Amino acid sequence: MTVSLSVGEVAQQITERFPDVIVEADDTSIVVNSESLLAVATFLKDTPGLDFDYLSAITAVDYYDYFELVYQLISITHNHSLVVKTRCYERENPAVPSIVSLWQGADFQEREIYDLMGIRFDGHPNLKRIVLWEGFEGHPLRKDYL
Amino acid sequence: MALRTEPFFLNIGPVHPSTHGVFRMRATLDGEVIIDLEPVFGYLHRGIEKLAEERTYSGVIPLTDRLDYLASMSNNLAYVLAVEKLAGISVPERAEYLRVIIAELQRIASHLIAVGAFLNDCGAFFTPFLYMFREREKIVDLFEMVSGQRLLYNYMRIGGFTQDIPDEFLPALDKFVRQMPTFINEYDRLLMENEILLARAKGVGILPEELAINISASGPVLRASGVKWDIRKADPYSIYDRFDFEIPTGTVGDCYDRYRVRVEEMRQSLRIIKQAMAQIPSGAVRSEVPHLIRPPAGEAYAHIEAPKGELGFYLVSDNSIAPYRCHIRAPSLLNLAALREMIVGWKIQDAIIIFGSIDITMGEVDR
Repeated sequence: MTVSLSVGEVAQQITERFPDVIVEADDTSIVVNSESLLAVATFLKDTPGLDFDYLSAITAVDYYDYFELVYQLISITHNHSLVVKTRCYERENPAVPSIVSLWQGADFQEREIYDLMGIRFDGHPNLKRIVLWEGFEGHPLRKDYL
Repeated sequence: MALRTEPFFLNIGPVHPSTHGVFRMRATLDGEVIIDLEPVFGYLHRGIEKLAEERTYSGVIPLTDRLDYLASMSNNLAYVLAVEKLAGISVPERAEYLRVIIAELQRIASHLIAVGAFLNDCGAFFTPFLYMFREREKIVDLFEMVSGQRLLYNYMRIGGFTQDIPDEFLPALDKFVRQMPTFINEYDRLLMENEILLARAKGVGILPEELAINISASGPVLRASGVKWDIRKADPYSIYDRFDFEIPTGTVGDCYDRYRVRVEEMRQSLRIIKQAMAQIPSGAVRSEVPHLIRPPAGEAYAHIEAPKGELGFYLVSDNSIAPYRCHIRAPSLLNLAALREMIVGWKIQDAIIIFGSIDITMGEVDR
């Protein structure tokens, strides 16, 4: 059974290493500020005992006030999981760091979020639309699109 | 003096018999060798995630049928599991067993097409494919018996099923389960050591273990690379923890291993179906769930081991009758990310086989 890691323990480990990056933590997920996302992700991937080697899914949710990016992380080595979130309060030109350099599996998913939700991923090697055509106007999954 | 050459661009698809749907590959060639490749897709994009936001929770189920249309039942299952997790709905025991039986039948049906189409790509033009289709037909008949449909079943509901199975279902299933191993053995004998298959698939399109994990591959593609990771064992959903089965894995991660893993998985699925048939209790197949449900505000992610890999639904509820957000983690899309890594360095005729060995459905890639 995939054990959902106790958020409290992981949060403590992260805070010891990077103070003030955790914005919020509930029972199931931690929210980190978007500037530190890449550093926290690297920490989660490379720390022995955590070893989050598998990025299961990324998604974005539009809450009007902010966009929330949700990363479902799994460690195949230890069979545990963690949900990491980050928020982006900018609406005109939202951007978060790309994690393609850590998990190549993020490539298509970040392109999809860029395409449908209009969030830029800084550092993505090939950020362009993926399912809609070049020249399409707007980002359909945003709540104010229709 | 060496001949001066320059790279050549070749467009394969979007309409091409071997691309399993409307899929385009933009290949850069050096002679016959592919030096770069860009997958281009989106031709079947219907905006299912957006459409789901406008429908009631039950109304999304028919949309999920249209994701991986060769494994509709698995899509139904992943979605209803996510809603049940979100709303805290339990499922009667009989329905749990039925779900396992049906999901495993669907896995066999999907793998039959995967293997058949793969052999087709290898050059065994339509003979094995039609034999696989003949066997798949028996599963489709079983599904027609329970749901009245032959492709897009729309059979599962939040809390169970639309209706119980008819009386003739279990005897017909029993007949199928007894016949199927003979069929698998027969074709496995014919193909396992087939010289042409070995020459074309062995050692071709290798996906190393570490890369397979890093690139978020799942399902047979991940397991063929030697990773023993199956959500049915790693994070058992429904009642998979009650059954005894193995996780077949490959060693090298080449096209042949992916083919072998699928054949072995069919055998394991039959094992699970046999155990479930022996244990299935009588009783209701649907718990009392109102037609319009309003799950408490919150979010849930449920994932299953679909035939093609990890199929996950991320649902966000705002306590209304429609999902606020419905994200689909599609195994075909993420397995496709590995395509470039597998193909670069191989010749153009190998590209078709490597692509076929991933087994994707465009309905799921584009959504």
